[in-house]
Amino acid sequence: MTSAYIISKLPYAPPFLFVDEILEINAQGVTGLYKFPEDSFFYSGHFKDNPVTPGVLLIECMAQIGVVSLGVFLISSENYENVESDRKIGLSSTEIDFFKPVFPGESVKVVSTKEYFRFNKLKCKVEMFDTEENLICRGKIAGMISREPAL
Amino acid sequence: MPEKEILEKLKAIVTPYVQNKEGLENFNENTDFLNDLKINSANLVDVVLDVEDEFNIEIDTESMNGMLTAGDAKNIILEKIK
Repeated sequence: MTSAYIISKLPYAPPFLFVDEILEINAQGVTGLYKFPEDSFFYSGHFKDNPVTPGVLLIECMAQIGVVSLGVFLISSENYENVESDRKIGLSSTEIDFFKPVFPGESVKVVSTKEYFRFNKLKCKVEMFDTEENLICRGKIAGMISREPAL
Repeated sequence: MPEKEILEKLKAIVTPYVQNKEGLENFNENTDFLNDLKINSANLVDVVLDVEDEFNIEIDTESMNGMLTAGDAKNIILEKIK
């Protein structure tokens, strides 16, 4: 399954798509990349005169690569009905520790390992690294998907 | 395994996920996981996985969907550990 295919199936679009490329994906986990554009609108306000990528967006990036992309892969390879059907997804829990800030224009790598995918809930152990393999943040993220298409 | 023991084990399993602690004080067969204990559907999955580990059983989607109360869970566990 190609990176472009996975990204095309994600239910996000700019300015809220935080996945550039999926490097590796299989039933056990996923690795992907994202570069936070230097001209992103939030840097002018987070923080005033001191642009740092908001932690919530680091979590969002971890969730989009580590949980949703993996979910797309798992569902596609499980022969579920068409992934394009408009089934709803939602975040169900996060527990993240942060170690290092991410500045405008930085690239990050997200590495996710599946803990389980049962009863429509996907829970993963997710880590984010900078380009020198320093740990930025890590934790657990879980999401749910509705099995039936939305009414 | 006596039914009382199953209910006690169930209570211990659900406790970390309970949002309405008052619902735990009167934990019984009629206790509804979502309405009385305010466990969300995502944490109900964790409850089911913990039940599988505790009783060494496997719960399928159909059983999961029928597991609304502590009594439902107890009956499913009894059926599976036979």
